[in-house]
Amino acid sequence: MQGITKEYFGNRVLTNVSLDVNRGEILGLVGENGAGKSTLMNILFGMSVIVQTGGYSGKVSIAGKEVNFQNPHDALEAGIGMVHQEFSLIPGFTATENILLNGEILHDNIVTKFFGPRLKTLDLPEMRAIAEKSIELLGVEINPDTLVSEMPIGHKQFTELAREIHRTEMKVLVLDEPTAVLTESEAQVLLTSLRTLAATGIAIIFITHRLQEILDVCDRIVILRDGQVVKEVAARDTEIGQVAELMMGRSVDTKAIATSTYDMQQETVLTVEHLWVDMPGETVRDVTLEVHKGEIFGIGGLAGQGKLGIPNGIMGIYAAGGTVFLHGKPIRLNDPAAALAAGMAFVSEDRRGVGLLMEEPLDWNIAFTAMQVQNKFLRPLLGGLIKWRDDQAIRKVTQEYIEALEIKCVGAEQPAQELSGGNQQKVCLAKAFAVQPDLLFVSEPTRGIDVGAKALVLKALRQYNSENGTTIVMVSSELEELRSICDRIAIIDEGRVAGILPPTATAKEFGMLMIGKLKNPDNKVSHA
Amino acid sequence: MTRKYALKDAISRFFINNAVPIIFIIFIAFAIPISGFSGPHLVQELVIRISRDSFLVLSLLLPIMAGMGINFGMVLGAMSGQIAIILVLNWGVPGVGGLFLAMAVATPMAVLLGWLSGVILNKAKGREMVTSMILGFFMSGIYQLIVLYFMGKLIPIHNPILVLSRGYGIRNALSLLTMRVSLDNLIPLKIAGISIPVATYLLIGLLCVFIWWFGKTKLGHDMRAGGQDMGVAEDAGIKVERTRILAIILSTLLACYGQIIFLQNVGTLNTYNGADQTATFAAAALLVGGASVVTASISNVFIGVVLFHLLFLVSPMAGKNLMGSAMIGEYFRVFISYGVIALALALYAWKRLKERERARRSLRGAKEP
Amino acid sequence: MHRLRQFIDRAGWPRIIIGLVLLSLFLIAPSVGVRIDTSLMDTIIRFGMNGVMVLAMIPMVQSGCGLNFGLPLGIIAGLLGATLSIELGITGVAGFAGAIGIAVPLACLFGWGYGALLNHVKGDEMMIATYVGFSSVSFMCIMWMVLPYHNPTMIWGYGGQGLRTTISVDGFWSKILDNSLAIRIGPNFMFPTGTILFFALMAWLMWAFFHTKTGTAMTAAGSNPDYARASGIDVDRMRTISVIVSTVYGAIGILLYEQSYGFISLYNGPFFMALPAVAAILLGGASVNKANITNVVIGTILFQGILTMTPSVINAAMQNDAADVVRLIVSNGMIIYALTRATRKSR
Repeated sequence: MQGITKEYFGNRVLTNVSLDVNRGEILGLVGENGAGKSTLMNILFGMSVIVQTGGYSGKVSIAGKEVNFQNPHDALEAGIGMVHQEFSLIPGFTATENILLNGEILHDNIVTKFFGPRLKTLDLPEMRAIAEKSIELLGVEINPDTLVSEMPIGHKQFTELAREIHRTEMKVLVLDEPTAVLTESEAQVLLTSLRTLAATGIAIIFITHRLQEILDVCDRIVILRDGQVVKEVAARDTEIGQVAELMMGRSVDTKAIATSTYDMQQETVLTVEHLWVDMPGETVRDVTLEVHKGEIFGIGGLAGQGKLGIPNGIMGIYAAGGTVFLHGKPIRLNDPAAALAAGMAFVSEDRRGVGLLMEEPLDWNIAFTAMQVQNKFLRPLLGGLIKWRDDQAIRKVTQEYIEALEIKCVGAEQPAQELSGGNQQKVCLAKAFAVQPDLLFVSEPTRGIDVGAKALVLKALRQYNSENGTTIVMVSSELEELRSICDRIAIIDEGRVAGILPPTATAKEFGMLMIGKLKNPDNKVSHA
Repeated sequence: MTRKYALKDAISRFFINNAVPIIFIIFIAFAIPISGFSGPHLVQELVIRISRDSFLVLSLLLPIMAGMGINFGMVLGAMSGQIAIILVLNWGVPGVGGLFLAMAVATPMAVLLGWLSGVILNKAKGREMVTSMILGFFMSGIYQLIVLYFMGKLIPIHNPILVLSRGYGIRNALSLLTMRVSLDNLIPLKIAGISIPVATYLLIGLLCVFIWWFGKTKLGHDMRAGGQDMGVAEDAGIKVERTRILAIILSTLLACYGQIIFLQNVGTLNTYNGADQTATFAAAALLVGGASVVTASISNVFIGVVLFHLLFLVSPMAGKNLMGSAMIGEYFRVFISYGVIALALALYAWKRLKERERARRSLRGAKEP
Repeated sequence: MHRLRQFIDRAGWPRIIIGLVLLSLFLIAPSVGVRIDTSLMDTIIRFGMNGVMVLAMIPMVQSGCGLNFGLPLGIIAGLLGATLSIELGITGVAGFAGAIGIAVPLACLFGWGYGALLNHVKGDEMMIATYVGFSSVSFMCIMWMVLPYHNPTMIWGYGGQGLRTTISVDGFWSKILDNSLAIRIGPNFMFPTGTILFFALMAWLMWAFFHTKTGTAMTAAGSNPDYARASGIDVDRMRTISVIVSTVYGAIGILLYEQSYGFISLYNGPFFMALPAVAAILLGGASVNKANITNVVIGTILFQGILTMTPSVINAAMQNDAADVVRLIVSNGMIIYALTRATRKSR
């Protein structure tokens, strides 16, 4: 791939990225959130989202020939395979049937002459033989007749891999965080099978954030940051500290850190002990934290490592366990009403899914939680028997927030889905502010909104914190954002707290926390 | 898990998975002695009813395989068959020849209606069953329009026996004397005093073989893939929407032939409302046989038809002997038909919820340290 | 032109087509000998008869349970109320009130059970609702024959067992609301003020309900259940409440229908009664997860208008009886149209 540049709606995601992979080579691709790894792979694989948003500039060549894929099938035909994190398997089919999905071995019969090729019969024994070969190549033991729905997750991953490699003519294989769902031993097996595959001549691009794996198995490493190639090194020439620093960016911190004007007491307001949260894709395994009253506490880490699970679990949106104390009192988990009643509020990262009533007007969205949990905006009638919705009061409060947060809209009755992303986010903030919480969780507050709105949202948070003394816990993928307003920052890796740093810590220190622990106590690189 | 738990778990799962047929068997076990029917009589009735209804119930299998649930739109096929029979009566072609002619004439109609059904159902993904049910009602209206108004006016009907006294529109009930049991008696056979309609059973057997073979073809395999997960199948390159339409077309076509076979046994065509209950009874029979909305096999069909018709046969007499009124028995069996479907649907939906919960919990389990 | 386009988009083609058909039927009427004032009166009376049952659709649609194909359950509660009231021999307004008084608690009970069932089958509600409706009607068929009713106006004559299929309410509370406060204009037109006022009362109660805290929560639960849950609302409870309200409105609706129609239809009478109500509200512009009172009013007028006008006009014009067929085609066609419209992904 040469000189790849890609823009999403004017947002430069990739700038002049060039990388090449040779036959039989394993290339490691690393970078933090938003560095551009997924976009680069989407371009390679011809995903429709690239074509639909204006294509890309630059050249992609396979075996010397230039290609331009318009859809994943073209990429498959040309010999590119990709193993995603979300499995693309049919649960009620056996491993064999999945491995050969839409690539089954068929026999002609008399009927096909009349009614067409889709009536050819399947040759199950032959299919099973081929599936067995693929499985063997990977070095695992899976019975080809097992149903996918009855396999442990690791086996599902291998089945998915087997499906990709069984296609003959496979030239390049891309793996996106393949060991995320595997146990340690399974991960080892996977890495071994990758080396076997490479030895047969397949080029492999391996995306991961676990440094150990990169050093174990890759020949070369490419580090992406902010859409540009920062460095390309041979694996044996690298030191993890170097990689971490290059990944995270400028070691000189140019942003001024706003010191909070509120006198920060050391009193603990929120205690979290051994929290686990079952949030698909952001599992939390064992998190223990303490948050001080009045501070702005940041939670960062790479995507999928669990940071988003923390507020979702505490606020009862996903199944959770462990203990949580607010002001010293225990909070019942798995119960959103309890969390809200205790004085906590949450601005979710999932604006459209959980955060807003898209089809309802602005004023409903802003007033709703406060109305339901605290009985605000209601007029009691018949001696309190009937709680009548006070539309006038709602309208008034909405107007106040529209002005305070500069929400661009036609009016308070405009349905939420008609607003831009940034303004939708402001509505979500207003909803949380309306509850006047003691502790506010904010998840990805500036994701997907334009620069102007970003600044405003952060300013609003800082203002709310300094004016009201509300404790804010902010979860974000953007380290710079966290460093600009937080008093302390925790980094979550593999569902656990890897460490807590002050915002003045260097990029290298943050990178080291995010990049995963080493198995070898000494920092030497080792190849198997 | 200890062995004891595994066994208990397996037994309870067996009962839940097969709740419907088990309940049915219990009912029937009580009702048969009460009704006072004799063994040989029941067997004879069953032999005939199986031959009459199995084809129709078999036509429901393919859409279930394709993940579209119960195809209540099979009545569209049944109605095509009925229109064809009316035309054949009009042309005065008797016997088995008339039957096969009717099948031939109905085929293009059934294929067209099946295609239409398929297109509509593709637009209502996730709500296929309700939509096909309402589609059935809608088509019933169009069918009545044709049979009540167009026939005799726009479609010339020469045979005066068929037409109402006012000059157009078909009579409520048509006698099929010319074709009655023509297929059944084509190859007569009597064993121990019970006559068996061999030719009909041969046709049914052929259909079973076809369905079995179809499951082994690429098209059948694709249908199953799309039925389980449309997204994954589509990503793998299978054209899921087209496959679904094909499933519905085949189902409608089979229902059409099934209805013709049904009518030749009954001997009378109930012009206006004859086809209305076809889907309900076929669905109930299939579900009673242990099928669910997503899995159905040939054995479900036959077990279901036997159980369902046993109940049908014995309820009126049992009702009369038990409560003094045959009507109660009749109402009871109608209630059971609907109740069975409601129960099967509810059980399936509940199971699906539980399975999703279990899947998520296992995900968590694998990740704990 | 642009304004016209906007109106068409918002109103939807089916509504416009049916509206135009209805208008043209009214225009043709006099030329084939059908009086407009009688037709108008018939349409208004039928509006009053059916309106409350259409209102019953709103709560479940708003709470996310879909269209209430299980309306027969509420209708059965109403039938029990009516028959028990006659059994006790109460006449006049007291009889009607008595029927309501018996029907409502029964409807609450049925609705509560029905709601609990629906909460366990999220995603498949409409299908199961239909079959729950069908099964209950069939079950009641048995009950009508077996329950110990004694009032001679209701049971089969000549020592038969069980209730008759159709029971007249003449002498009890037939037309009790239709005729009260009625306005007569000329010999052929009577405005059934009582019934219309009752409908207005029921509509107002529904409107008021959705302005309370619970009603607001219910709308949110249907609009985005995840959002509602994150705001601390018990979505299951909202759904159950919506089912209960819907069932109660169904019970009251059938009583209103019976007082105007003059007869109680037992056995298979209620079988398909959900469909006209569903079709009417869809015709009025509702979707599978959003409905309001305007939809009810417009839809019922259009639907009942077509049902009234088509047979009389076409009969007179072509000596034909296409009423049933037209009803089947129009009502089911509407429902199919609504079911095939894309809605937000539910999962």
